Amino acid sequence: MSPLLTVEGLTVAFPGVQAVRGASFTLDRGECLAIVGESGSGKSVTARSLVGLAGDRASVKATTLDFDGTDLTGLDERGWRRIRGGRIGLVLQDALVSLDPLRTVGAEITEALRVHRDVPRAAVHDEVVELLTRVGVPEPEVRAGQYPHQLSGGLRQRALIASALAGRPELLIADEPTTALDVTVQARILELLDRLKAEGTALLLISHDLAVVSRLADRVAVMYGGLLVEEGPTREVLDGPRHPYTRALAAAVPSAAARGTRLAPVRHSGPPAGPDGCPFAERCAHADDVCRDTPPPPAPLRCHHPESGPVARAVFIGPEGVFIGPGGRALDEPGAVPPARGAYGTTPGAPDPRAVGHGVSLSGIGDTLLTVTDVTKRYGGREVVRGVSLRVDRGEALGIVGESGSGKTTVARIVLGLAKPDSGSVTFAGEPWSALPERRRRPLRRRIQTIVQDPLGSFDPRHDTGTLLGEALAFAGVPRRERRARALELLERVELPASVAGRRPAELSGGQRQRIAIARALAPEPELLVCDEPVSALDASVQAQILDLLTELRSALALSLLFISHDLGVIHHISDRVAVMKDGEVVETGEATSLLAAPSHPYSRELFAAIPALTRADA
Amino acid sequence: MKRLPVLRPRALPRPSVALAWTVLVLLVLAAAFPGLFTGKSPIEIDAATALRGPGPGHWFGTDQLGRDQFARVVHGARPSLLVGLGSIAFAVVAGALYGLASALLGRTADRVLMGINDIVLALPQLLLALLALAILGSGQLNVMVAIALAFLPGYARLVRAEALVVRNSGYVETAVTLGQGPFTRAFRHVLPNALGPLLVLASTGFGMSLISVSALSFLGFGARPPTPEWGVMLSEGRGLLQTAWWLGVFPGAAITLTVVAVTVAGRAAQARFTRRTAG
Repeated sequence: MSPLLTVEGLTVAFPGVQAVRGASFTLDRGECLAIVGESGSGKSVTARSLVGLAGDRASVKATTLDFDGTDLTGLDERGWRRIRGGRIGLVLQDALVSLDPLRTVGAEITEALRVHRDVPRAAVHDEVVELLTRVGVPEPEVRAGQYPHQLSGGLRQRALIASALAGRPELLIADEPTTALDVTVQARILELLDRLKAEGTALLLISHDLAVVSRLADRVAVMYGGLLVEEGPTREVLDGPRHPYTRALAAAVPSAAARGTRLAPVRHSGPPAGPDGCPFAERCAHADDVCRDTPPPPAPLRCHHPESGPVARAVFIGPEGVFIGPGGRALDEPGAVPPARGAYGTTPGAPDPRAVGHGVSLSGIGDTLLTVTDVTKRYGGREVVRGVSLRVDRGEALGIVGESGSGKTTVARIVLGLAKPDSGSVTFAGEPWSALPERRRRPLRRRIQTIVQDPLGSFDPRHDTGTLLGEALAFAGVPRRERRARALELLERVELPASVAGRRPAELSGGQRQRIAIARALAPEPELLVCDEPVSALDASVQAQILDLLTELRSALALSLLFISHDLGVIHHISDRVAVMKDGEVVETGEATSLLAAPSHPYSRELFAAIPALTRADA
Repeated sequence: MKRLPVLRPRALPRPSVALAWTVLVLLVLAAAFPGLFTGKSPIEIDAATALRGPGPGHWFGTDQLGRDQFARVVHGARPSLLVGLGSIAFAVVAGALYGLASALLGRTADRVLMGINDIVLALPQLLLALLALAILGSGQLNVMVAIALAFLPGYARLVRAEALVVRNSGYVETAVTLGQGPFTRAFRHVLPNALGPLLVLASTGFGMSLISVSALSFLGFGARPPTPEWGVMLSEGRGLLQTAWWLGVFPGAAITLTVVAVTVAGRAAQARFTRRTAG
């Protein structure tokens, strides 16, 4: 039997940009194919092309675009409308903007029913309720009468899936369906999609999250620069990736196994490839002129120099002082590649004396730096933080994990002295902190700095990077004459070129912005860095680089970190100890590895179980 | 593969906007160097040429004292523009500080300041200016202050609203964690970022202030005769409109043209600003 969907030689071009370069794949009923890649890789455009929504300026071409015997290449807008929503359903990332705010959920689903199926008027209501029940919305009768803003993020996503299912599509395209959701909610949406798959719906999943993919997909196609670089069964691709890009992607996922290691591969930059060459050549350590000038070999593995074997990671400093370079070889072995710039200590066995943590003993700096004692904070009568007590030692990284609304950010604001606790106290370096009047706290503020999820919002839009850093240095008491030199030093510290100083953060990429935010936070030479979801908005590979940078800075500068994240892998990677928060309370605190391996509180167990892990222990 | 060229030409101003700017440049020149446009004196009395209609030698005609109307219209640009611009500048500065104070000085100060502001805002602007003039007495400087006071409440409210948004922004919060004091934050971050929309509003407000200036001079509060000022000229010509239409039409046209030009240019600047902040 021929597959439900056959795509061959799909190219999508926008004026000046070739977004998709000859993608080919097939998809069967009851099967899930995941297209994985970073932002700009062309994965979303690929998905949208299949429902004729690539956009007015896109020129879409394909040798074959066959959906169950229907040729999609020749469709006009009327033809697309018959297919779209009826036989192919589309679920987008952000359910809040994808649902009409002025219409009830029921009305939304009703319309989808009317357009694609001939449902008698009397049966419409029952059908709507049944659809909502099917996607696991509790109290469907009530919910059908509600507006999108009255629903939580998870329920909105379900409602959106319900409206996509109204036309009984044979193929469901889900573009980052869980990216905006909390982990426990994400887990339920993934279960729902899994069930639909089992019922025979074909699923095309677009995601940047390898862990999500590993839970749901039967096959994975990895996309880079518009090219499907590697394709195969999920376990095969994720456990033994062969394309250098896939390997970098797999290595970039922070997890228990990667603790204390560099996540981002050694940054390589070669000459850019020609129009036909491999798009990854520029970043690939194995690239040669063949890669740059000739088209990569045909699918499924589009690489001239595939690798094999387990993905190895460069270790910062192992407990025995051994470096492991890319390729899994220790440095003293012949043919080993030197470790990345910034991996401290260049001689094996001689750790950098400044290095702290990650296997090296914290000599003499285990004193308590920050103490949060029984802190409570109310907003509008609701206790958002209840009796929270935490401790951060010098040189230590404390991770706080929890879902949105658990009070993590409020705790961060209290520690930063941006919010005053209603009761309880914060002391810093043995001195009162939260109890100080602002006038006395102001001179001490430089000792606690912060980086946030959205660095762009934390920069005055009128200033360029140099001015921003200069301002931070001015408040750290650096004399005017030395500021420029110090600003350049800071940029070098965060691995940015000096030319960035003349540009505004709005002109830079997300990763570069976060580096500037880090540089600015470092300007006053703080002792504690409060990081509030600093990598949540970044692509996996950029996230890996920022985590590497933080880890490296931590050891070089003996920084203490208060690291907030909803991502357990990230928390595990960076933290020495972890606190789990739920509904404003800390339910559990403990040493990172043991707590994450064996949580004792029921909520921690539920939370950890909900998180899709890239490699399961039993796999 | 088909590749469409991406053209990004520098946007040329629309003809109406270009025309408006031309008028404005001419007006500024007339205000600065009236000698460029006319050699005649605006105040010299010549009984022999009284009440001549427009024609060669006197393009805009002459008034009952034989003064050249063209010279008076040209020389009238300076007091009109100066008072109009002065009042707007005053209103912008005072309004910005008032709004900033209201946004940043805490809840009680905000309630008091905005309470007063809302009461004043409820009064019609011209009535408010007249009230101020009744207290201050007439004169060009007082007209300037009176108009500024009439515009101030609206500007204060706008700046307060913007400042409240900026005050809660990430970068102001970062300034706090860097240890910046409230005064530095207010003037280094909050005010400059809250000012954009106000400047845009002020550019169209300038047109309205010009009308107010003329209206108040017409009523006899501003410049005194024989000063060539458009409002004064209208007032002087009012009694003779039946016989000498040109006494009313030319100063009236000067006021209208100026206000339209200022408003068109201001709107264009506004649209540009909005595009820039939106994109």
